[in-house]
Amino acid sequence: MSTVFIILQANEETRSIVDAIMIDNPNAVVKREPAMIKIDAPGEMVIKRETIEAEMGRDFDLQELQINLITLSGHVDETEDTFSLSWNN
Amino acid sequence: MDMKATKKKIGMKEKYRLLTRDLGWETTYQTKEDIYPYATYEGIKIHDWDKWEDPFRLTMDSYWKYQAEKERKFYAIIDAHAQNNGHLNITDASYLSALKIFLQAISPAEYASHKGFARVGREFPGVGPQVACQMQSIDEIRHAQTQIHAMSNYNKYYNGFHAFADQRDRIWYTSVARSFFDDAMSAGPFEFIIAIGFSFEYVLTNLLFVPFMSGAAYNGDMATVTFGFSAQSDEARHMTLGLECIKFMLEQDPDNLPIVQKWLDKWFGRGMRLLTLVGTMMDYMLPKRVMSWSEAWEIYGEENGKALFNDLARYGIRPPKGWDLTGESKEHVSHQLMLGLYQWRFGTSFHGWIPSNDDMDWLSSKYPNTFDKYYRPRWDHIKKLEAEGKPFKNYGLPKLCQTCQLPALFTEPGDPTSLCQREVTYKKEKYHFCSDSCQDTFNQEPEKYIQAWLPMTQLFQGNSGGGGLDAWMDWVSLQDGVDNGDYHGSEDQKNFDAWKSMTTSNK
Amino acid sequence: MAVTANYEYVGVPADTLANFHGNQIVYACWDQHLLLAAPFICFVTPESLFKDMVTGSIMPLLESDPDFAAIDWSKVEWLKSNQPFTPDFEASIAGNGIGHKDQVRFRTPNLNTLRAID
Repeated sequence: MSTVFIILQANEETRSIVDAIMIDNPNAVVKREPAMIKIDAPGEMVIKRETIEAEMGRDFDLQELQINLITLSGHVDETEDTFSLSWNN
Repeated sequence: MDMKATKKKIGMKEKYRLLTRDLGWETTYQTKEDIYPYATYEGIKIHDWDKWEDPFRLTMDSYWKYQAEKERKFYAIIDAHAQNNGHLNITDASYLSALKIFLQAISPAEYASHKGFARVGREFPGVGPQVACQMQSIDEIRHAQTQIHAMSNYNKYYNGFHAFADQRDRIWYTSVARSFFDDAMSAGPFEFIIAIGFSFEYVLTNLLFVPFMSGAAYNGDMATVTFGFSAQSDEARHMTLGLECIKFMLEQDPDNLPIVQKWLDKWFGRGMRLLTLVGTMMDYMLPKRVMSWSEAWEIYGEENGKALFNDLARYGIRPPKGWDLTGESKEHVSHQLMLGLYQWRFGTSFHGWIPSNDDMDWLSSKYPNTFDKYYRPRWDHIKKLEAEGKPFKNYGLPKLCQTCQLPALFTEPGDPTSLCQREVTYKKEKYHFCSDSCQDTFNQEPEKYIQAWLPMTQLFQGNSGGGGLDAWMDWVSLQDGVDNGDYHGSEDQKNFDAWKSMTTSNK
Repeated sequence: MAVTANYEYVGVPADTLANFHGNQIVYACWDQHLLLAAPFICFVTPESLFKDMVTGSIMPLLESDPDFAAIDWSKVEWLKSNQPFTPDFEASIAGNGIGHKDQVRFRTPNLNTLRAID
């Protein structure tokens, strides 16, 4: 199965986002490097707005991910509630 | 007082449709062919533009909001960096060679990309890609601007940055990136989007940005880290645009497959050659290294590429020609180019140097199959010449590859002791290439590449300043003894060391 | 058509002989001696002698290679356009059939100090 990944800037906001991703994607693996955080997952990763809001303590629009996103790998599917990455193999 | 956010009246998909798709219309008094004259000549067949799926569904109001947020954050950090003499936090001023190459070669490429996307945003008949391309066009000019602003503070204190715009047009190593974009921009809209949107932005972008930005983070360069991350957050949208475009083309008509494959082969080859500059930077120009080029290629090229091409295999796409050669070449190309840049350092607007013993030990450990066997002997000899008071400079100006415009310093696949020699005679003129890939690209469209403005031959035509080396240096705004040559003994080195010591001394 | 285009497109080559004001480009390369990282440009007239290109354009550039002084030029093996070639040192560049932008390569078998270490 192919790996999808997302890389986020390392800052106070993304701390909550990373925590949320790990809650919803138990098979994901976090790798921390200077100034950035890479999260790998086998096959698929689903990021949920509700979980981020619970971790962050405020309303969150998933499009706000744009501000802290560095790069990603996989097909993107975005709705109001989820942002997912997947490969079809 | 508690304020509850009002429930949105329109969902994201619906809002996107209203604010983008519905901006299109069916033409009545002009034909589609007249309005979109470049839509079919490349042989790509599109039957239904509405099938183009918008991955990020970004409307203009959201775009401005998030981009403005990024800009505010970015310039706050740039101001703080300047105010606090952030330039003195870099590990060593030799690191700035990486930034000088970036400003001279890559930042103008961002500007070129802006023009290219503005163009294809006009030429594609579909509203979805039109909007996405126009946003990317604005992103790219923002990247050019933020990079120039970020580096402007270094320009106040260090040499080599000042003439990047002219040097992009006139100097030799910058023509690698310049010709890359000239090639894409003189192609049709579909080739452009595969070349830049997919091959570069999707397949190869991580190899440009992650090493440069991590390199900046490891070497105390806050300004570059900041612009890198500010740009990268746009790159995710660019990547998805590129991936969406290739999927769309392949799903629209099976006849598109061989054309798309041919472009993948070509642009992978050109992209890998362009990235040689990045590999060299990673392996030689970062006082504090992140990882080797070979390692970066393994993570962001081999692993990521495997996932991608496994995914695209269902359309009949195979990995690009030359993919298999990277297993060998990843252990050679950075050394080959650095040796070149070092020996021609009289003609670079950045400093070169001989790697230290520690540097060479690191290179040995990262390149156990190649460094000690092929490249250490040359560096050791160069060190010997330096110690004898005869620092090695090669006034033999290099043969450039007609296609990628790099000096033809790459070796024959399977034989790292011999240069790769390829030549073609076309309409009674001789042309030379660094590799099969560049030769293939030429052979596909020779009328395009015979026109290449090659910096070396132009010099001998008398077009680059009209005289010898001195006149050329004037013409490219290269200050001899200041911008070029060895880092050791340079003004940059003297100044950096002096200013650093001033930060902890009251003398 | 030798380019993808909307109409019959003919490019103009940038590096034709006429642009070099009586001179021509010859590329030269010392095979397997990669201290000199790439083949280099010799700028000569077609009427000049091959031997003068060797002594005037090629030899001065080889001095940094530790094997330079040991080259026996009478035993050097040559190629032109990647094919074996026996130059006539007393004939002109044109007389040797070396056209504009042709490349000559030369080899010094058994003489390679900076070779790959096994």
